[in-house]
Amino acid sequence: MLYFGRWKLLTIFLVVLAGILFTVPNLVPEEERYTISEIDGSREPRGIWRFIPSATINLGLDLQGGSHIVFAVDMDEVRTAQMEGLAADARQTLRNEQLLPRSVSLVGDEVVVLMIRPDERQQAFEQLQTLNGPVTTEFGGPSLAQMYEMRLDPDDPSAIRISVTDEQFAAIKTRTLSQAITVIRRRIDGLGTTDPTIARAGEDRVLVQVPGAEDPQEIIDLVGTQAALSFHMVDSTIDPGPNGQARTPPGRTIYPVANTQPIQYLAVETRQLLTGENLTNSNVTTHPNYTGPVVGFRFDTQGALVFGDVTTNNRGRQFAIVLDGEIISAPRINEPILGGSGIIGGGYTYETASQLVILLNAGALPASLTPVEERTVSPSLGHDQIESGKLAIIIGFALVIVFMLAAYGVFGVFSIMALMVNVVLILGSLSGLGMTLTLPGIAGIILTIGMAVDANVLIFERIREEGLKGRTPANAIQAGYEQALAAILDANVTTFIAASVLYLLGAGPVRGFAVTLGVGIITSVFTAFVFSRLLAVLWLRGFKPKQLPI
Amino acid sequence: MKLALINLLPTTAKVPFIRVRFVALALSALVLLFSLFEFANVGINFGIDFRGGIQTEVETGSTTTTEELRDLTAALELGEPRVQEAGNTDPERRTFLVALPLQPGEGTVGEEANQTARQTMETALTSVEGLEIRGTTVIGGAVSRELVVTGFVAIGVALFLMLVYIWFRFQWQYSLGAVLALVHDVIATVGMFSVTQMTFDLATVAAILTIVGYSMNDTVVVYDRIRENLRKYKKMPLADVLNLSINDTLSRTILTSATTLVALVSLYLIGGASLQGFAFAMIWGVLIGTYSSIFVAAPLLLFTDVERESTQGGV
Repeated sequence: MLYFGRWKLLTIFLVVLAGILFTVPNLVPEEERYTISEIDGSREPRGIWRFIPSATINLGLDLQGGSHIVFAVDMDEVRTAQMEGLAADARQTLRNEQLLPRSVSLVGDEVVVLMIRPDERQQAFEQLQTLNGPVTTEFGGPSLAQMYEMRLDPDDPSAIRISVTDEQFAAIKTRTLSQAITVIRRRIDGLGTTDPTIARAGEDRVLVQVPGAEDPQEIIDLVGTQAALSFHMVDSTIDPGPNGQARTPPGRTIYPVANTQPIQYLAVETRQLLTGENLTNSNVTTHPNYTGPVVGFRFDTQGALVFGDVTTNNRGRQFAIVLDGEIISAPRINEPILGGSGIIGGGYTYETASQLVILLNAGALPASLTPVEERTVSPSLGHDQIESGKLAIIIGFALVIVFMLAAYGVFGVFSIMALMVNVVLILGSLSGLGMTLTLPGIAGIILTIGMAVDANVLIFERIREEGLKGRTPANAIQAGYEQALAAILDANVTTFIAASVLYLLGAGPVRGFAVTLGVGIITSVFTAFVFSRLLAVLWLRGFKPKQLPI
Repeated sequence: MKLALINLLPTTAKVPFIRVRFVALALSALVLLFSLFEFANVGINFGIDFRGGIQTEVETGSTTTTEELRDLTAALELGEPRVQEAGNTDPERRTFLVALPLQPGEGTVGEEANQTARQTMETALTSVEGLEIRGTTVIGGAVSRELVVTGFVAIGVALFLMLVYIWFRFQWQYSLGAVLALVHDVIATVGMFSVTQMTFDLATVAAILTIVGYSMNDTVVVYDRIRENLRKYKKMPLADVLNLSINDTLSRTILTSATTLVALVSLYLIGGASLQGFAFAMIWGVLIGTYSSIFVAAPLLLFTDVERESTQGGV
C-alpha cells in the first residue's frame, strides 16, 4: 500500500495534469482563447490554445438563459391520416379492377370495405392484398412484419376489415418524428441562433432547446405552425354563407380568409393543384401592386409546368393559396404565369413576411405539434444563478477546508489537497467530456465537496486507531488504507447507484445533478485512495515522523 | 499539530446506543406515524413540476407586494393564483413566483389553454411598473403526471438496487435492516415537507435519492465494522458488538456529517432561491440519515439475528 511504482506515479501525474489542462480554459476569457471570425462568428483556437484543450464547460439553459420546449406530435392525427390514405388506396384499387364497393369507411381503428355483391368479396380481398407489404424499417430495409392486417369479416359476408399493424404504426411514428425534427431544425436555423438542440424525446415528443432565446412565444409560433401550403381553384358559384357554414357539394371546401374583419369565406375545389412541396425557394420582396413587403416564391420544374397550365386555362378565375386551413391569398389570374414564380401579398409586415418565408423554405410539418412543457430562463437570471452558485461553491469549499484543518492538522492538509484535485478533476471531466453543467449540477459539486472528505475521514480514523494500538506511523498508515478500502468502496457504490438511477430516470435539469454527483463519486474515490495516499507516503519519506500527528 | 480537534472526540467512546434502542425505535415509529398522518391530512405542497400549470419568476421594484400581484392575476379568472416571494438579494428589487393552475381541457385543448393563459398572465404582469419577467415554466397535464410517476419509480428502483447490493455484499439480514432505515428516512423527509409545506419538486426527488445514497453510505460504514467485529470478537454478545461498532465509527460519522452539513448550509444560504428547497431537504436528510444509521439500521440487526460464522460476502 505504501509503495508506488514508477508507472503508477506517472499515471497519477497524468490524470491530475489532464484534469488541470481541461479545467484551465474555463478560467480564461473566450477572446483570449479563440480568434472569432467577424464574418460568420466561427471560432478558431489561437496561440497556445491550438495545442491544449480549449473547450469550456457546457452551461445548461438554466445557467446561460434560453428556452427549453417539449412539443407533442399529434399521433392521433397521423393515425387518422394514415387510415384515410389507406381507405382512398383501397377505393382506387377496387375501382381499377371494376369491383365496386358499397362503401369504404373508417370504423374505429379499422377500414371497413363493404362490397355490393358478397360473391365479389374474395376477389376484392385478393386485390387488396396488393396494397400490403413489409414494414419499412428505420434503416430503409424491409422488416418481417406486414403493414396491414386484412381479414374477411366472419359475421358479414360482404365485409373486409383492414387494420394497421402496431409495427407499421411504430414505423410511421418514427418516420413522422424524424421528419418533424428535420423541418424544425431548418426552421430554427432560419432564426440564426447558435447551438440549438432538436431531439426526439420519448415516443411522440420533440425537444427543442434554444440557448439565449428570451421569448418562448417566438419559438412556439415557429415550431407549432404546421405550414401546410396548398393551391386550389376558387369556386365562385358557391355562396359560402355568412359564417362559412353553407352546405358544400362533394369536392368543395370552404375556408376562412386570413386578416379579414369580419371574417370572410371562400369556397374552393378540395383538389390540391400544388402543395408547398412544389416550392423551391421563397424570399421577402416588394411588388408595385402592394404597399408593404410581399413574399415571393418559385416553383420546381413540375410545379412550374402545372402552374403554367392552370393559369393558361383559367384566365379570369380566382385561385386560393391555403396555409393551415386559412386562405392567405386569393389572386385573380390576369394572364398565364409561365415563369414558375409568384407572390403572396397583402398586409404583411417585414417580420410576418420573413416568418412566412422561414416556414415555406423549411417545409411543412408532417403533423401538428403542441407545446407540453416549457422552461424559459432569462439570461440575466441565468447569470445570477451562476454567480450565486460559484459563491456557494467557494464558501462551502473554504468552510470545509477550515473544518478539516481544525479537525486533522497535517492530515487535514492532505485531504484538502485531495479535495482541490477532486474539484479540478470534476470540472476537467465536465469540460473534457462535453457534459452539461446545470444549476442542480452546481448543487452536486457542493455536495461532493462535503461528502468527498468522507473517504479521507474513514482512512484517517483507521490510521488513528492503528496508531493508538502502538504501531509505527508507516505501519499504521499502511493498515489504515488497507482496512478502510472495503467500507469506502461499499459506501461509494451505493451513492453511485442513487446517482445512476437519477440519471436514467431523472428529467431535465436534475440530470445535471446526477452527472456531477456521479463524476464526483469516481473522482473522490481516486483522490482519497490514490492521491492522498501518495501525499501521505511522500510525507512519511520526507519527515520520517516518530509519532502520528493525529 | 497535536491540537487537532479530532483529539477532542474520544477514540474509545462508550455511548450505550444499543441500550436505548427501544426508546429510539419508539421515537422513530412516532415520527413515521406523524409523517404519514401529516401526509394524509395536510398533504404536500407540490411544485410546478408535479402540479402542472404555469409559473413565472418576476423581479419588481421594492414596493410591489404579494397581494398586489395576487389581485392582478386573480382578476384574469384563470384559476386561483399562487404568489410567493422567492428570496431577494438586492434590497431595491424583490423576486416573486407567480403561478396559475393547470388550465382545464383534455389533451391538446388543455395544452393550448395553458399557452394562452401564460400569454395572458405575462401581458398582465408586464403592466406592473418596473417588473421584469425572468423565467417562465409551463408544465402540461400529461408531462406533470409522467414526472410524478417517474419520481416514484426512481425512488423505488434506487431502494431496490441498494437492497440487492447490500444482500450481495453482506447477508440478507443486513440488507433488510439497511433498506428499512432508508424507508424510514424517505418517509420522515416526506413528513418534513408536509409539516413545513415547503415546495416539493423535481429537485426534492433528487434530494431524496441523494439522502438515500448518503444514509446508505453511513449505514454501510457501520455494518462494515459490525461484520469485522463479529469476526474479531467471537464470544462477545451481539448487542455489545453492535454497540462497539457504532462507537468505533462514531467520530467518523460525526465528522463526515459535519463537513457535509457545512457545505449544505453554504448552499442553503448562498446558492439562491432555486436551490434552497434542495439544500433544505438535504440538510434534513443528512441529520435523519445519520440518526437512522445508528439508531435504526444497527439495532434492527438484533431483531433479524445475523449469522455470526458467516463466510458469505466480505472482502
